[in-house]
Amino acid sequence: MPQLRMTGRGLWITALIVPPLAFVALFIVYPIVSAFAYAFFDWQGLKRLDFVGLENFHTVLFVEPYRSWTINAFKNNVIVFFALMVLQNGLGFILAYALWRELPGARFHRIAVFLPVVLSTIIVAYLFKLFYHPLFGVVNITLKGIGLGWLAQPWLGQSGTALGSIIVAQAWHMVGFPTLVFLAGMQRIPSEILDAVRMETESEWVKITKIVWPLVAPSATIVFTLLFVGAFNWFELPYIMGGLDGSPFGSTDVLGLYFYRTAFGNVSAGQQDFGLGSALAVIIFIFIAIVAGVITTRLRAREIQL
Amino acid sequence: MKTNLIRIGAALSAVLVAAPAFAQDLTFWSWRQEDRAAYETFIDTFETANPGITVKFETFEAANYNTILSTALAGGVGPDVMMVRAYGGLENVASAGYLEELTTASVPALADFAAPAIAAESMRSDGKLYAVPFASQTQLVIYNKALFDANGIAEPQTWDELKAAAQKLKDAGVIPFANGTATAWQNETVTFGLGSSLMGKDFYDALMAGEADFTDARFTGALGEIAAVAAEYFPDGFIGLDYPSAQQLFSSGMAGMFIGGSYELATFKTQNPDIELGVFAAPGKTAEDAKLVGLYFDGGYAANAAGANKEASVKFLNYLASQEFGQAFANTLNNISTIPGVTFDNPLLAEVNDLNKSSIPYLMLAHFRYGEPSGSVLIQGEMQKLFAGETTPEAIGEALTTGLAAWYEPFQK
Repeated sequence: MPQLRMTGRGLWITALIVPPLAFVALFIVYPIVSAFAYAFFDWQGLKRLDFVGLENFHTVLFVEPYRSWTINAFKNNVIVFFALMVLQNGLGFILAYALWRELPGARFHRIAVFLPVVLSTIIVAYLFKLFYHPLFGVVNITLKGIGLGWLAQPWLGQSGTALGSIIVAQAWHMVGFPTLVFLAGMQRIPSEILDAVRMETESEWVKITKIVWPLVAPSATIVFTLLFVGAFNWFELPYIMGGLDGSPFGSTDVLGLYFYRTAFGNVSAGQQDFGLGSALAVIIFIFIAIVAGVITTRLRAREIQL
Repeated sequence: MKTNLIRIGAALSAVLVAAPAFAQDLTFWSWRQEDRAAYETFIDTFETANPGITVKFETFEAANYNTILSTALAGGVGPDVMMVRAYGGLENVASAGYLEELTTASVPALADFAAPAIAAESMRSDGKLYAVPFASQTQLVIYNKALFDANGIAEPQTWDELKAAAQKLKDAGVIPFANGTATAWQNETVTFGLGSSLMGKDFYDALMAGEADFTDARFTGALGEIAAVAAEYFPDGFIGLDYPSAQQLFSSGMAGMFIGGSYELATFKTQNPDIELGVFAAPGKTAEDAKLVGLYFDGGYAANAAGANKEASVKFLNYLASQEFGQAFANTLNNISTIPGVTFDNPLLAEVNDLNKSSIPYLMLAHFRYGEPSGSVLIQGEMQKLFAGETTPEAIGEALTTGLAAWYEPFQK
């Protein structure tokens, strides 16, 4: 058995490994572990009181009003995930395919599609908030201008349209990312395979479903997993466009906002409770970790090695 | 050589240990970044009168101020003197024992403060005072004088006159009320800025005495009236209109009235220096009904119980409780100082101060923000539902009463 002695090579390896390990321990492992620990205590402001076991978890999951808030926020996250799966990843795949086929103007469009991704979320949020403005917003003014005034809505003020409006803004902002990942995947498909397909069929549909889609599976794994994590950690856009309370009456509330509000309070409405907030954070973390793990292993299994 | 080093070391440490005794450096935290210049002036006045004490003013983002402050205090790096919120927001910080208790012995001027102001900065559990209250805010109706004059409108004395005034503005092509309710907390402002007189002092007293709850017809009736006015006289699509846009509608002269807090007065003047403003308390049903504004206290100045310079901190608090400071505060910051005997140069502030004599507390903040779900969370969401036509005033009364029963004992049956 080779022994790692504290000389020469061994020392060298230790010196290289210890700093990053310490960094990860201090800035990643420690905060996560302490958030876990916080969740088991009762809090008064930021002062830790008694150990309460699983009571905080019980409260956020089973005691009103937290129970319905948790369910409502979770339900909205699920809606966001599926809506973005279609609007962001689905559209991303189609855009990537169009770009890959080098339709006219592909160079310009490659940049145009990716450009919004570069914009800060704050800018996108304010931009869309202005677009949706009930009086001066470009959406309503356009609708009125083309004689569809009856379609003009207070988009961000109605429970039926608010979440959808924010989802559209998110899709516009991030659609370039899955596009880019899919495009990279498509460009990796060997040309021999494509030539072979061309001998068999001219149908684009067959080509997409039988060749391209299976071969970009690794890309799909990446964008699906990232979308899942992103959708359940969603915070910035609803925070800026709907506010900390998920206005109107919780219809844009998501777990991220709900956690923030509970843990840190809301100046214009409620109190802070660190224990409940930490319990929520732990639940969100465990949920995302488990499901993301399942998604990744399942999707990996269907990837084809070339 | 060695002894020299020791001597120098000893001399240095003596200086370090003794330094705080010469100059007392206080840190003073606030969420009012926009008032920095004014506070620097106040501090100059204090420093001139108290040589040897210096005060450093530091500001933090308002929305996260409580979090930042309680984190710092918990970590032992908090300021010596700080602005704290009132009511439930104060309890957050004070209940953990971070704040120095204030008495008329340490700050004699407090003896003359109004009881509601003192109550706003006291903890309910121990009844002790933890901060010098600095300002009150009033929820009322602000109007554009030029637009009222041009349309021959006088300040309304009854609810019907209020509606008639709004109708006149609407007929003249002016948006009657600028308010929008997409920003959640604006719903609470609109409800109590417009509805306090309709609810009435009797309702408030009965509620506090535990004889009434929110299913009371005086309360639900007011909500119905408010929703009817909103549907008719608020901007098109007001449920999707956010707070900054509503402010702009009013200050640009596109709308005649704004239901809001007295804190808006300064904002409107900044946004449009030419605008001529007036204020009135939203009326009740008849001219005989008392016209009530919703009154609350903003926050106070507190001292760190674990601060190193407590003596100097208390001295500074005494200054912040003095009439001299209150006068300067009212004159430069255009706020209603809570310090007794302060007069107002600004005629609008003087008027608000007069209106304050007939008031009920801004209900949810003053009494129902001590547990979850808070009355504010409930009323904000429920009013958004009402404005969207998804609930009724009676259902709101029920939702508030049962919701608050989770922690508000008088509602627990």
